[in-house]
Amino acid sequence: MSLLTKFCTFSLVTIAILFETNLLFAQVDRPASADNSVYAELAKAPKKAAARHNPLENDHDAPIAGAKLFAQHCAECHGETAEGGKKGPSLRAPEVRQATSGTLFWLLTNGVVRKGMPVWSKLPDAQRWQLVTYIKSLGSGS
Amino acid sequence: MNTLDRPFLLWIARFLRFLGPVALLLVVFGIPATSQESPYIVTYDHYLEEPGSLEVEYFSTYGTQRGAGDFVADWMEFEYGATAWWTTELYIDAQSTFHDSTLFTGFRLENRFRLLKSEHAVNPVLYIEYEQINEADKIIKEVEGHDVEADHAVPNSIARLEHDHELEFKILLSSTHNGWNVAFNPLATKNLTSGDPWEFGYALGASRPLALKASAQRCSFCRENFIAGLELYGGLGDRDDFGLHETSHYLAPVVAWNLPSDWTLRLSPGFGLNDNSHRFLLRWGISREFSGFGTTMARLLGGH
Repeated sequence: MSLLTKFCTFSLVTIAILFETNLLFAQVDRPASADNSVYAELAKAPKKAAARHNPLENDHDAPIAGAKLFAQHCAECHGETAEGGKKGPSLRAPEVRQATSGTLFWLLTNGVVRKGMPVWSKLPDAQRWQLVTYIKSLGSGS
Repeated sequence: MNTLDRPFLLWIARFLRFLGPVALLLVVFGIPATSQESPYIVTYDHYLEEPGSLEVEYFSTYGTQRGAGDFVADWMEFEYGATAWWTTELYIDAQSTFHDSTLFTGFRLENRFRLLKSEHAVNPVLYIEYEQINEADKIIKEVEGHDVEADHAVPNSIARLEHDHELEFKILLSSTHNGWNVAFNPLATKNLTSGDPWEFGYALGASRPLALKASAQRCSFCRENFIAGLELYGGLGDRDDFGLHETSHYLAPVVAWNLPSDWTLRLSPGFGLNDNSHRFLLRWGISREFSGFGTTMARLLGGH
């Protein structure tokens, strides 16, 4: 294959990628914070999962470690103070504050894949409970 | 045509070689930010890139070679999370063979699709890849069919003349429990430019963070930042000759160090398990995740 042919192939692939990613970026940039239906996902937690007790509820370090994990993994979408961002809803909303620890843990584990929230089971259970502890510690204001 | 007649491609290959030390320096003096990347280099688990995030990765493989010079094969990966269920990726490959030459060996386009919307005991992800590479490619990102060490003993000037246009399919089966991840990736490939039969292979991996709880302090050397594991991968012959006959297999401990600065370092010494395998493969990689890349690009391209 000549250098010219390879260059043309490379250019076409680049254009295809740009076209594809333009569509993709538009999807990614959907304002999820305005979509309150994501809170409805909380109600889908199975009863057994919703009733789970947070084993780190009384761990004094848990909210601090949870805040660190939140800054690392969640703030990009949900905002630095969890007030909601362009891609993720507020975690200070009444729906979240009223949810049980088990429900939040279940949602973190399973994500809301169709609506842009990835699964976070790659974080070990203990780290997800630390995140839940932090989220439960948030008030309604920022 | 000599490889030196292709200055642009040679430049790409040399750029990849140069990138490793530069990336290491960036890690040391990097900008704070984070990630939780798996240590696998060949195996895939079921976790996709976060939506809107771009992960830029550089990997290098040093391989011993009987019957020819040892080699260093490099590749760059650009991995983008299109949605929470779709990750798309571009690879650029190059290699240098000692006492031979340095050359660009091709590119790969890869897509991974999460098939189930929530977590299950075993989580399947569909993997589809298109490769346009030449026979001089030595990154050994997967082992398939009757791939053996002797394939890589062919001089670059000859090997680079044979081109592969391949489609590769994998089902990534992965499960995480009590901090342990176990992943199994059966694969099938078809070379589109020849009448070669379908080829098969596998990769198997297991890994676990050294600590399951996160520490309250921000730290680089906390145990939870390290994930260690083991990979086993090899070929399974082809449609006409399925099995272990004339195939190569590797066992490789792997470790990843996820720095609080969003950089990840990976190291993996691999050992050939039979006479058809390279005796030793030393792989290392460095990657950085750019969160919010999608939003930035959307503003540039779509005016959001």
